[in-house]
Amino acid sequence: MINIELGHYLALGGVIFLLGVIGIFLNRKNVIVILMSVELILLSVNINLVAFSVYSNEIAGQIFTFFILTVAAAEAAIGLAIIVSYYRNKGSIRVQDINEMKG
Amino acid sequence: MPYLIVFLPLVGAILGYSFKFLGDRYAEVITTAFLFLSALLSILIFYNGIVHGEYINYKIIEWISSGNLNVSWSINIDPLSSIMLVVVTSISSLVHLYSIGYMNQDLNKPRFMAYLSLFTFAMLMLVVSDNFLQLFFGWEGVGLCSYLLIGFWYKKNTANNAAIKAFLVNRVGDFGLAIGIFLIFNYFGTLNYNEVFANVTEHSTKEINFLGLNINLITLISLTLFIGAMGKSAQFFFHTWLPDAMEGPTPVSALIHAATMVTAGVFLVVRCSPIFEYSQVALNFIAVIGMITAVFAASVALVQNDIKKIIAYSTCSQLGYMFFAVGVGAYHVAMFHLFTHAFFKALLFLGAGSVIHAFKDEQDIRKMGGVWKKIPYTWALMLIGTLALTGFPLLSGFYSKDAIIEFAYFKNSSIGYYAMTVGITTAFFTALYSWRLFFKTFHGKYNNSDLAIEETHESPLVMLIPLIFLALGALFVGYFFKELFIGYHYLEFWKESIFFIEEIEHLDLPYWLLFSTPFLVVLAIPLSYYLYIKNTDILSGVRKLNKPLYNFLLNKWYFDELYDAIFIKPFKLTGLFLWKKIDQNTIDRYGPDGFSKIIKYLSNVAVKFQSGYIYDYAFVMLLGLSFLLTYLMIK
Repeated sequence: MINIELGHYLALGGVIFLLGVIGIFLNRKNVIVILMSVELILLSVNINLVAFSVYSNEIAGQIFTFFILTVAAAEAAIGLAIIVSYYRNKGSIRVQDINEMKG
Repeated sequence: MPYLIVFLPLVGAILGYSFKFLGDRYAEVITTAFLFLSALLSILIFYNGIVHGEYINYKIIEWISSGNLNVSWSINIDPLSSIMLVVVTSISSLVHLYSIGYMNQDLNKPRFMAYLSLFTFAMLMLVVSDNFLQLFFGWEGVGLCSYLLIGFWYKKNTANNAAIKAFLVNRVGDFGLAIGIFLIFNYFGTLNYNEVFANVTEHSTKEINFLGLNINLITLISLTLFIGAMGKSAQFFFHTWLPDAMEGPTPVSALIHAATMVTAGVFLVVRCSPIFEYSQVALNFIAVIGMITAVFAASVALVQNDIKKIIAYSTCSQLGYMFFAVGVGAYHVAMFHLFTHAFFKALLFLGAGSVIHAFKDEQDIRKMGGVWKKIPYTWALMLIGTLALTGFPLLSGFYSKDAIIEFAYFKNSSIGYYAMTVGITTAFFTALYSWRLFFKTFHGKYNNSDLAIEETHESPLVMLIPLIFLALGALFVGYFFKELFIGYHYLEFWKESIFFIEEIEHLDLPYWLLFSTPFLVVLAIPLSYYLYIKNTDILSGVRKLNKPLYNFLLNKWYFDELYDAIFIKPFKLTGLFLWKKIDQNTIDRYGPDGFSKIIKYLSNVAVKFQSGYIYDYAFVMLLGLSFLLTYLMIK
């Protein structure tokens, strides 16, 4: 039986973070996937926070996690709203089509 | 009062131009009225000077005070400057009045009137100065106004070229003047006339090394100042700009290129007579240049066909007279000729303007003729002008021109006799070309196929009135002022404003000399009538026989071609080389253009980063962040 230490939690957070990042810039299709990837990144941060909070016996980290979850929920709502209104304007949310900042 | 004389034209120019939206009439009235006021005051000052001897130096304001360089703006009224004041303001005011009529069709009347007034102001600053620096200010000011007015019709290419030519040729002369002024300041330590003139004797034997030559200081100063005078007064070698300057409107030719600005050179030499008197070399040089100019310009004027160019060469030739008068030491006679010449030459120019007006802008005298009954007033006034110019007895040109020839004789030296001979010869030439101009313009048969003779018309009254005033001047100033200017007691009038080491003695004139010039001049009238109107075959025969000589004169001794080959072409080529090869292909290519090319290339590379895709930006952000973190951790 493996003893689950802080390192394992951090590794999990790191893996989830990398998944999120790779999801952002390898994804060529859907904006919603980008939004989900951002959520993943936030969650990986939360895991780190909780892990460190338990490790250093400090409750503040876990309280922060709740704040972040709340903000993440609000952000997800706003992000989806933006995507909806973008779809209404442009008729597409394919990532290839969103290149209006091209220099 | 002197302040008003000098500054009214400036105020007129500024008011006339800056409120031009009030209409052409406003600008015309305000500049002309101010000038007339200024002219009246000048005459008053002149009168006060003669009668009460009221000569004061008014300081306006201190200009430069640095070390031993003390220069003030000043209005120095002395006999010399009071004469110039009268000449400049009276001719200028009449020309202003004339311009109202002459420029009637022009769209830029306020600009024209303002330039004329500005010119008058600069000329007044030149003549009333009491130091070389203010003189230089006025000198450059009149040059600038001359440039602006020659190029007044700036849409005409020839006018622009003529303006640039006048400006550049004058610049060469001004360079000489500037060197002269530097030399004076270097060796005298001051620029004020009084102090310089008081110290000339101390320096009169000093030798200095200039460009490897040992030259007497006073001679060098005199020669450099005279080079400035040559440029301004269109003397031989520097004369080429004056005929071309006729591209400007005719009133400009009358005011600037006949009566006032071109006489500034004579004025300068007379003003500096205390310096020139100590250098016989410089005086002889002036006399020689004056003689050459007089003969040269008169010979060219004999064959020209443009009415204004003939008068321009005539001006050049008369300026030659003034200079050789100066050269033989007869400064007062030169000033007297300047004074009378201003009147009749302005009259001739404005009369020529009236003729051009009558022929609807035709200037070629071969296309005129036979119109004297159609434009009787112009005819009569031009007749007076021609008589005065040729020196017909009892008119003003007679007194001044004969006085020059007489004083050349009085000088009693070889150069004096040369000058006398040249003077008489040139007087004969002058009579010939003047009458040629007159007869070809007004008599004979009508030669213009483009314009019916019925369409020629007399000029309006506003143009004739100034002509009448000038004609009165041409008739009488010689008679009335000869005692004052060049009579036996002339020094009572001139006081200290001109200086002689040795006064020219009044000898008894031999009768042959007394009568030769008037005789030749009167003889020229029937002669030229016969040659140019009655029997033109003789002349065309002569022309055919002497084709090279005729072409030589017609092309103005090939001076323009010569200068073109010596100066203009090499300079143009050098300029082209520097422009194309050095500037464009070297400096620009590796300098500013090169840099901008590199920047452009780099930005083209950089622009590829901005694909517009969110994930690319996110990737770059991530890369940047990880680099930053790595750096921080390693550190």
